[in-house]
Amino acid sequence: MNSMNPEKVIFGFFIVLSLTLNFGFFVGELDNHTHHHVYELFAVIVVNLIATILKFGDRTQMGALMLATSLVAMLQLVAAALVWGVAAHGDQQLTPTVVASVVSLSGGAMLANVISVVLLMIETVMLRR
Amino acid sequence: MESIFFLIMRRMRAPLLALILAHSVAVLGLVLIPGVDDQGNPWRMGFFHAFYFVSYMATTIGFGEIPYAFTDAQRTWVMVTIYLTVIVWLYSIGTLIALLQDRALRRAFVENQFVRQVERMGEPFYLICGYGETGRALVATLVEGGGHAVVVDASPDRLDELKMEVIREQVPALLGESRNPENLQKAGLLNPMCRGVVALTPDNDANLKIAISAKLLRGDIKVICRADSKEVEANMASFGTDHIIDPFDTFALHLATAFQSPCLFLLRSWLTGKIGVDEEPVCMPGKGKWILCGYGRFGKAVYHRLKDEELETVVIEATPEKTGRPPDGILVTGWGTDEATLRAAGAEEAVGLVAGTDNDVNNLSIAMTAREINPDLFVVLRQNRQDNRVIVDAFGADIVMHASTIVADKIRILLATPMLVEFFGLGLFQEDQWSCTLFSRIAGLLENREPPEVWELVVNDERASAVTESIRRGHAVKLGHILTNPREREESLAAIVLLMIRHNGDRMLLPEREIFLEPGDQLLFCGSRLARSRMRWTLRNEHSLRYVRQGYSPRRGRVWKFLRGER
Repeated sequence: MNSMNPEKVIFGFFIVLSLTLNFGFFVGELDNHTHHHVYELFAVIVVNLIATILKFGDRTQMGALMLATSLVAMLQLVAAALVWGVAAHGDQQLTPTVVASVVSLSGGAMLANVISVVLLMIETVMLRR
Repeated sequence: MESIFFLIMRRMRAPLLALILAHSVAVLGLVLIPGVDDQGNPWRMGFFHAFYFVSYMATTIGFGEIPYAFTDAQRTWVMVTIYLTVIVWLYSIGTLIALLQDRALRRAFVENQFVRQVERMGEPFYLICGYGETGRALVATLVEGGGHAVVVDASPDRLDELKMEVIREQVPALLGESRNPENLQKAGLLNPMCRGVVALTPDNDANLKIAISAKLLRGDIKVICRADSKEVEANMASFGTDHIIDPFDTFALHLATAFQSPCLFLLRSWLTGKIGVDEEPVCMPGKGKWILCGYGRFGKAVYHRLKDEELETVVIEATPEKTGRPPDGILVTGWGTDEATLRAAGAEEAVGLVAGTDNDVNNLSIAMTAREINPDLFVVLRQNRQDNRVIVDAFGADIVMHASTIVADKIRILLATPMLVEFFGLGLFQEDQWSCTLFSRIAGLLENREPPEVWELVVNDERASAVTESIRRGHAVKLGHILTNPREREESLAAIVLLMIRHNGDRMLLPEREIFLEPGDQLLFCGSRLARSRMRWTLRNEHSLRYVRQGYSPRRGRVWKFLRGER
């Protein structure tokens, strides 16, 4: 455990970043669109995608669980992006109802990301022993 | 399956990451760069349109500048992203295609398919390790008889041969060393439907290891091994290998049977389904000089058999310094393919010749030259390779012996009706006349020249519940009873008992009909297919048994008793 593993750094970085970005998008009044920027949602989706891909191919029980949480987060975020896109380009505008549903969907994704980070911490603690 | 899934995921990680990064950079750039709409008003592309544009640009579909014509700033950015995304896209697709063509992955796919195929086997099958000449003959004869086989072999060429083989059903085959116990497991050793393992690789050690693995992992199944050295045979026997087959001994015994008892030889070929009923027994020449070409392992085994028959034998061998010399008897050095050697060995006055080298062309050449010198010569021709059958048949030898087929037939009998092997062993001690009588007796039983059916029976609760129940109640059952037609007790079934092994281990050849059956007796029958199915009634149905024993079956139902006035 003396040398730093660059793979672990990148891995941890993206998992934590997806949580922090997710949190950044989520905070603010639930139905006020000025509190939730679309660029932030884009960033959350990209970083989450990268985190998901990074978890591919790990055959351990922990790896499988982490992949599952990431897939859940992706599902929620893609749903949020779809709701936003349909609302912005369809006939209805960004009403408070739409914004509320987008933000609550991203809130669900954040929960999955929290679990991901907790799992990462558990794994690290167990490796220390 | 999951290993393949994880392998693909792991290998696709880098291309997918590159793809996501390139796409997100391209989308973000398009969203940030200001543009104008068709009216000239300032306009910014949303994520929706940006993602749409990048998706068709990266895949080189290219629908054009949608929804409004781009500004120069946007076009500059698009130029950068075209090169970026198209390259990354091609890289990802290229990796995926390379992955699907990967040898390891394709092998994993094939192996996976094989394992599922074996798991789905719903009928008893035999695991055959080694698909050489013998393995090939065995698989063909097993499948022909309606059985099933699974093959393991390390050579891809031989497995290709199996795929090309025209046989009734597709035989699952695993490419891999059969000495590896993991491969045996994959091939269904632990499958409850697996009834036996046959180790036929040319390597004694590999066969030994297969036998040990099979006996350790599945003690309850039959293990048959090929071995050509006495030490390995002893080793295999020590841990309970069921049957050990020395191909050279088996072959020589086969030849000896032809010498000692031509009728038994004929009976054997007939009962094992090799020939029809019309064949005449081979007429062996009387006493006289025999010439044996080739003194390798095969030649030595034959030599000892000829000596046992007290026949004068001359050996022709090209390299006696390698093979050694016969302990007594004459040796002529040479190939035997030329006239001079054959004349030196005395082909003019000899009665028989065994062309027994391991080369089919040489054997044919020896036999043809010898026939020219002495047209009355009795020729035994050893055939080594199955694909030479056409030319070997064209020669018309008195006896053709294809070692692989002989061994394969023996194994098939050992797997299906092991008592038949014992029967032939005991039959060898009888006079030839005994076999001839038996032959005509069986031929007389069968109508329409149908091939004889051979089957075994153990008198136990599972196979003959009515018989054991009757014995338990104190009503003895004779052998003649179960050989009676359960529909008409005046008639006998078209079947005879060849061999009976009593519960105490006594062996009886052609037992009398008056013998009383005991639980644990084993019987070997030969007869017609119809007789076999009729006999099942007597064995399992107590009414049928009562009928053949006493001539009536009691009315058991209340209604019948009432109608009959019985109360």
